[in-house]
Order: sequence, then structure tokens, then C-alpha cells
Amino acid sequence: MSEASEPIVRIRNLSKAYRRGTQVIPVLTDINFDIARGEFVALMGPSGSGKSTLLNLIAGIDSADQGSVLVGDVEITRLGESDLARWRAGSVGFIFQFYNLIPVLTAYENVELPLLLTHLSRRERREHVEAVLNVVGLADRMDHYPSQLSGGQQQRVAIARAIVTDPEILVADEPTGDLDRASAEEILQLMDRLVHDFGKTVIMVTHDPRAAEKAHLIRHLEKGELSVT
Amino acid sequence: MFFLKYILRNLFRHKLRSVLTIVGVAVAVLAFGLLRTLVGLWYAGAEHASDTRLVTRNSISLVFPLPISYLDRIRGVQGVTTVSYGNWFGAYYKEQKNFFANYAIEPRGYLELYPELMLSPKEKNDFFLDRKGCIVGERLAKTYGWKVGDLITLKGTIFPGQWEFVLRGIYHGKEKATEERILLFHWSYLNETLRQTVPRRADQVGYFVVGVKKPELAPEVSMAIDSLFKNSLAETLTETEKAFHMSFVSMTEAIMVAIQIVSYMVIAIIMVVAANTMAMTARERIGEYATLKTLGFKGGHLGWLIFGESVLISVSGGVVGVAATFPAAHWIEVELAQYFPYFSVSSETILLELLAALSVGVVSGIFPTWRGATIRIADGLKRIG
Repeated sequence: MSEASEPIVRIRNLSKAYRRGTQVIPVLTDINFDIARGEFVALMGPSGSGKSTLLNLIAGIDSADQGSVLVGDVEITRLGESDLARWRAGSVGFIFQFYNLIPVLTAYENVELPLLLTHLSRRERREHVEAVLNVVGLADRMDHYPSQLSGGQQQRVAIARAIVTDPEILVADEPTGDLDRASAEEILQLMDRLVHDFGKTVIMVTHDPRAAEKAHLIRHLEKGELSVT
Repeated sequence: MFFLKYILRNLFRHKLRSVLTIVGVAVAVLAFGLLRTLVGLWYAGAEHASDTRLVTRNSISLVFPLPISYLDRIRGVQGVTTVSYGNWFGAYYKEQKNFFANYAIEPRGYLELYPELMLSPKEKNDFFLDRKGCIVGERLAKTYGWKVGDLITLKGTIFPGQWEFVLRGIYHGKEKATEERILLFHWSYLNETLRQTVPRRADQVGYFVVGVKKPELAPEVSMAIDSLFKNSLAETLTETEKAFHMSFVSMTEAIMVAIQIVSYMVIAIIMVVAANTMAMTARERIGEYATLKTLGFKGGHLGWLIFGESVLISVSGGVVGVAATFPAAHWIEVELAQYFPYFSVSSETILLELLAALSVGVVSGIFPTWRGATIRIADGLKRIG
């Protein structure tokens, strides 16, 4: 699959270091790789290997020191703060380890959040939200607050929020890290479905080998350098 | 609309914290309003003074009297309409704690010069005809349960002895600010008694009240009066009634300035407390702000969320504080009538209260807003979990 499709993500000579006082700690060193459209990629590696940093750079929520990240036709490493925010809103969906739902908003309102930045009418937004809540199987829980949902259900709401704007790419940082085995399996099946049925490109950071097994391609990061499995 | 809903829900996320902050702002605004009102009242006498009334007193000090013989000479000054006179009497009723303003006055001219002291024609006439008669303000009459016809005995301090008066009328003020805790009686009664008991103190007045045709004539008439008595044994100082009141107010100006500073300090303190609360709130929600930014919301959106919450909390406190100001002022007026016979909150004070609350919200929201709006997403997301 990945060989046949054109790359949707092109990463070239990407480097990133953190500074603590005068100390410079390299996190990513000269990373080069492509991710094909519709591919499910797992990034694995020990803690501190730079996998979350790489994911953040691909998703445009952190800035690189060197190199470029091209997503589709957009070189996001060249975008300013405001353009980057606009790009994120329309082009990428986020799935976090701890779901990152807003506790004072219902499932419906959480999913609706990214649509508030679009020009869709209230009715159109409702249609979109209901459609994605149906996809994740939580249409009957739309009025529940996060605290009234299980971990697995909260993660499904988060996935609904990630796909409601129909982005091409989904980035997931340890999406099953806070879930029991059964819920984790449900989430992985759902992500798999998003790739196969909806053609999404998923880039997932995980420690869990079972989660990584679902991916088409596993990339290992070790001390900021990349290897392929 | 969404932001308002979100702000409102955030507002009640930590109910106790929000309620305590709102109550804190409300108490501060209430204290600010009451202190401002107190300061305002201090100057009220001067502010409500008539532009067409002048006060002539001894140029050395109000303590020193002027001879009654000045009356006709003052009447003769061009531009003068009416002249009356009076003496501060300084007596109390039964016990020293029952102290109120009381003056010996020349009644006809005085009531003509002070039309704001409203009496029925019968009461006015009865007062004029009875040399031992007196009139009192409605509030004073209410305080001691006096009715027209009652015999009132005052104990003199400046003019020692028991002074008996028959209450001939109860006036009420034309305006709310008109002082209604005064007793007025005939100067002639005082003078006749002094002639018999202390003749050297007779035929003297504490001050003259001079009516002028137009306010513009006040400086000219003042100078004319004072020049009449230049180089005499009792030189005069004539000034507008407002300036006369202000000379009293200026004696206590330092206290008033201190009260004003305290009123602003109260607001400054609640500003710091509210800022701390908002900073704490924003710090707790940094992860959420980072999530919203990840989804594409910009710093400005988050700014409005945090700033809106800060302003809403403070303005809510302000509204509660303003609402509490009226019953508090009423309570002071009723329960502390002896000290604050008139304690009315002005619309300017209400506006200042609301502005103070708004400024608390704005100032306390600045730092958390800036922090929330500028947080790096990657740093904010690290705070979750």
C-alpha cells in the first residue's frame, strides 16, 4: 500500500534540540522519511527517544531547529503561528493519551469544537457531529460530560473530534496508553477502520507492541535517529 | 455564543472559589461605595450651598463675634437683597450625647434666605410671633419624638443655663440633602437673656447671612462689605456660603484624603486577590488551553475565554456590591442617623463602583490572559496526565 501511494508527509533533514540553560540536548538528528497517503505508521522507541517530538513537528504544534516538514503541498515548517493554527484546524486531527476533552463541555460540544473555526452553520455542524459520533458508536452519549463516560468512550469522543473536520492526517500520541486491554483493542480497531474505510493517514506514537502491530509500518526512534521495521 | 457558554460553565467549575471571589469583590465594591459616599457627604454642604448667599464673619476667626450694629450698614450695600444673622448656640438636649446643631437666628430674614427649610404658613407665623418659639427639622423631631407645641429644654454650653423653647414648627427639607437635624430659635431671646445675665456678650452675632441679587455680584458685594469695616475693631471676612462651608471641610481634609486612599486600597487589595485566583485558574487549565490551540484556536480566542471569565466574575461581584450598597446606606441612615442623617448614594458613586469592579476584572485578567494566550502547545500538553 505505502509503496503505491504518493507521500503525504515528507520529512527532510529534520533536527530538534532542547535547551536547558546553556546545555543543548539534541532530540532529533537529521531525520528523513516519507509517509504515504492512507498509511498507518507507528513510531516506537524508548522514553526520551524523540518520538512525541517528531509527532508534534509533523502535526505543526512544535517548531524544528533545522529541516523541513512538507504535508501535502504545505511546508508547515515555514508557516507562521497564525497560518499554522489555521492549517492544523483543517488538515490534522489529534488523538491524545489522556483524551484531552474539555470537562465542562458535553461529548457533542467537544466534538463540535473544531467546527467552530469553520464557516459551517449550526445545522451543518450538528449534521457533522452526529455523523462522526455515529462512526465512533457514541451517538446515544452525545449529551454526556466526559466525567460520565468511561476511558474508552472518552477516547472515542476524542477520535470523533479528530475526524469531524475530515482531515487527511490523524496523529495519535499513545492513544491506548491510558486504557485497559479491551478498550485499547476497540480504539485500535476504530483507528484501523479510519484508515481502511475512510482513507485517513494515521501516525501513532506508542510503547505498546500490540498497538504497533496494527500499523502498516513501524518506525523506531533511538537517540533521535530513525530506523525502519 | 459558544464562548459565553464556555465561560459560564468555567465560572462554576470551582463553585466555592468563584463564589468566594465574587463575594470578595462585592464586599470591596460595597466598602468602596460607602467610603466614597461618606467623602461625598462631607462636601455635600458646600456643594448644595446657594450661589446667592454670602456669609460675613469676623476676619480673625468665627469664634469672635461681630456687633449687631453692622446690620444696617450691610443692608445698605448695593446688590444686597436680604440680611439675616445668627449665633452658633451649641446646646444639647438632656444629655451631652444628644447633641445637634442649634442656632439663634433672626427668623424672618433667615427663612427668606433659606427657602429650602419648608414650613407651613401657620407654623412660620407662629414661630415669628413667639419669641421663645423654635423650629426643628423633621429628622430631629422624629429622633426625639417632638410634636408642635412641645416644650423643649436645652442645656447651654457656650451660653450656660437651661434654655426653654416652645416648638412652633417642624420644617422639612426641599431637597434630600437639606439638613433636617437643626434647631433654630430667636436671636432676640438669646440677646435679651444675655443683656440681663452677661451684658458684655449682648448685641453681638456670630455671622451675618447676606442675600445678593445675582451670583455674579457675590465678589463685588463681598469686597464692599469688608471694605466697610476695614480698620474697625471687628474687621469682617465675607465669602460665599460654599467657601464658608469649605473652610470647615478643609480642616478635616486630611482625614477625607485618608478615607479616599483607603477606598482605593480596598479595590487594589481585591485586585491582587482576584488576580491570584485567575492566575491559579489559568494555571490549572493550561493543558486545556494547549488542547484548544492544538485544535486550531488562536491566542486571541483563549484570551477572550480567560479575560471574559475574569471580567464576568468581577462584574458579578460588582453588581452584588452595588445591590448591597443601597440597603447598607439605608441601614446607616436609619441606625446611625445621629452621625449620618443623610446617607444617599449618588449615581456617580454607583458608576464608580461598577468601574472599580470592571477594572478589577480587567487588571486581574491581564497576566493569566497573556499566559494562556502565549503558552507553547507542546509545553501545555505536557501538563496533562
